[in-house]
Amino acid sequence: MTMTTMTNPATVSTVPGLTAPTPTALTETKTLTMSKAINEGLRQAMLEDPKVVLLGEDIGALGGVFRVTSDLLAQFGARRIIDTPLAESAIIGTAVGLAYRGYRPVCEIQFDGFIFPGFDQIVSQIAKFHYRTQGAVRMPITIRVPFGGGIGAAEHHSESPEAYFTHTSGLRVIAVSNPQDAYSLVRQAIASDDPVLYFEPKRRYHVKGEVVPELGPPMEQAVIVHPGTDVTLLAYGALVSTARDAALAAADEGVSIEVIDLRSLSPVDYAAVEASVQKTGHLVVTHEAAQSGGLGGEIIAAVTERCFNYLESAPLRVTGFDVPYPPAKLESYHLPDLDRILDGVDRVLGRR
Amino acid sequence: MSDSSPQPVQLLSLDGERMPHGDFDPWVADLDGPALLALYRDMVVVRRIDTEATALQRQGELGLWPPLLGQEAAQVGSARAVRTDDFIFPSYRENAVAYCRGVALTDIVKVWRGNAQSGWDPYTVNMATPAIIIGAQTLHATGWAIGAQNDEVDSVAITYFGDGATSQGDVNEAMVFAASFQAPVVFFCQNNQWAISEPVRVQAHRNIADRAPGFGIPSLRIDGNDVLAVMAATRIALDRARTGGGPTFIEAVTYRMGPHTTADDPTRYRDPAELAEWKTRDPLLRLHRLLTLLGEITPEVAEATQALADAAAAELRAGCIGMPDPEPLSVFDHVYATPNATLERQRTDYAAYLTSFGSSDQSGEGR
Repeated sequence: MTMTTMTNPATVSTVPGLTAPTPTALTETKTLTMSKAINEGLRQAMLEDPKVVLLGEDIGALGGVFRVTSDLLAQFGARRIIDTPLAESAIIGTAVGLAYRGYRPVCEIQFDGFIFPGFDQIVSQIAKFHYRTQGAVRMPITIRVPFGGGIGAAEHHSESPEAYFTHTSGLRVIAVSNPQDAYSLVRQAIASDDPVLYFEPKRRYHVKGEVVPELGPPMEQAVIVHPGTDVTLLAYGALVSTARDAALAAADEGVSIEVIDLRSLSPVDYAAVEASVQKTGHLVVTHEAAQSGGLGGEIIAAVTERCFNYLESAPLRVTGFDVPYPPAKLESYHLPDLDRILDGVDRVLGRR
Repeated sequence: MSDSSPQPVQLLSLDGERMPHGDFDPWVADLDGPALLALYRDMVVVRRIDTEATALQRQGELGLWPPLLGQEAAQVGSARAVRTDDFIFPSYRENAVAYCRGVALTDIVKVWRGNAQSGWDPYTVNMATPAIIIGAQTLHATGWAIGAQNDEVDSVAITYFGDGATSQGDVNEAMVFAASFQAPVVFFCQNNQWAISEPVRVQAHRNIADRAPGFGIPSLRIDGNDVLAVMAATRIALDRARTGGGPTFIEAVTYRMGPHTTADDPTRYRDPAELAEWKTRDPLLRLHRLLTLLGEITPEVAEATQALADAAAAELRAGCIGMPDPEPLSVFDHVYATPNATLERQRTDYAAYLTSFGSSDQSGEGR
């Protein structure tokens, strides 16, 4: 039987690579909320590459429950803004088939806790396809996940499931903390030929910030958001702003905290983390997710292996407790806050 | 089990006689003697390949093999109906489909020898590599079909799965999505009566084909051991999908005459009388009888067909045994499409570890 040999259509894309961002229709600096910045990033990606399609529940006429996809249906139509039936495994699984055909699907999972029905397709299929097919089939799929707590929500609406995905080879995992990164990293995630879990902190959706068209550093790169010399404080997502507040508060007491926004949770930018720890000799990692088996433990183990001799005290985790996400009236006790982070800093410095 | 639907559509009696069927006959009217002989040849070859692969497993050359014995008509009849620009999303038992699609014999067993997680580049044959998670591929087919629809081409996705898979959420979600978007996808269910040791009555209280209409998907229930009925049904479904009619569900009623895989032992759960009964419905036997009635099977033809099958088996055996083991460092290859510093560090460390024992070639480059 005669077969037509096809090349992998996923390799054909007009989206610029990470190293060569090109100017976009966002030509000037704008002040945007984080949700609007993601919206703008999605719009630019769709304008530049007709193979970018969005899939999710309520993302069309409603614009998503957080309005992140507002107005995109009107601009791009129902074939590219695909309002789906209510089934997460199918949202992810059909994205696999679309990627097979050369599309760059962007899936919206409505809430962090709703990702688990789609977990198998992410872990068993998306993460493994490139490896399984020895590079023949690429999965340039972005999965957007509003994550984290602090909004007084019902069960399953405030979770931080990132460690399940950082533990899975084949996936890239990023978490954004501000409007600029929200814009830049959603575009980089969509342009990536690897699948990307893109975590957006829902309690920061409405915080405004300046957004420039340039995409900035590659998404794998961590960023120092507050330089310091005494303690390295690693954070991501919503806790970056809390960590920065902690650095400002500590400065009043003469303690200099270096806050690093990890941005990429898989792979972690260990070069940046190591450089900071070699300078400060002290490390605190904070995340909302539960402690045991979490990202903080992994990072601390890696740092301990890589620069044990630079550490002057045992690194410390300030995290959510090992409890199911608690009811709204209890969440302020569960979530790391300014005081708990400062307490952690004091402990690694031997100040209490 | 209450059985509300009619008997499976049959175009070929157990004696090999053509049974007229008003709706189905036009779809196989072009199948003359040589065309039927070609289908028979495929079925003989894939049975021989299957037998050889089972032998290779018993001899320790394959880690595992999922035999298709008894399902030759279901697989060949459907695969030969599919166009080259259509895309096939199989489970792990569709080795006859892979053969019809032109996959190299060695590539079919590569995964079962443990040399790779899949044996071929899907884009060279427009057939995905085996999906082992039950039913997951039905969603991939549906997504591909939505893409084809968006691209405004008339290519169709066809996905294969078994009776056991119909219990999976993914298969049901795939049908919801396929119906919602009227996606050009064919759901081809080989009901081989057994999901390892679970009989189909554990999966389905009614005939599996009866479910699809509840999703808004028309279904066809056919004798899966009748290659003519299989080809007609698949052509009907493909044509409907191609012309904007949306998805179709086919239940091909067949029988897994062998074990689930070479690791299985059906004597622990299956009545031998059942197997004996199904042997009378052997798909090859039936087509052989028709071809004999048509005068297509001569001693020369029979001999040539057997020679073809034996040659395929020999090629499979030689290719399997001659397959080079992968290089140690290739364990790190292709995890990501783009560089990954954490993984690169592990590769470098492991390469240094291997070199520390004085190994010569640990490049791991290429395969």
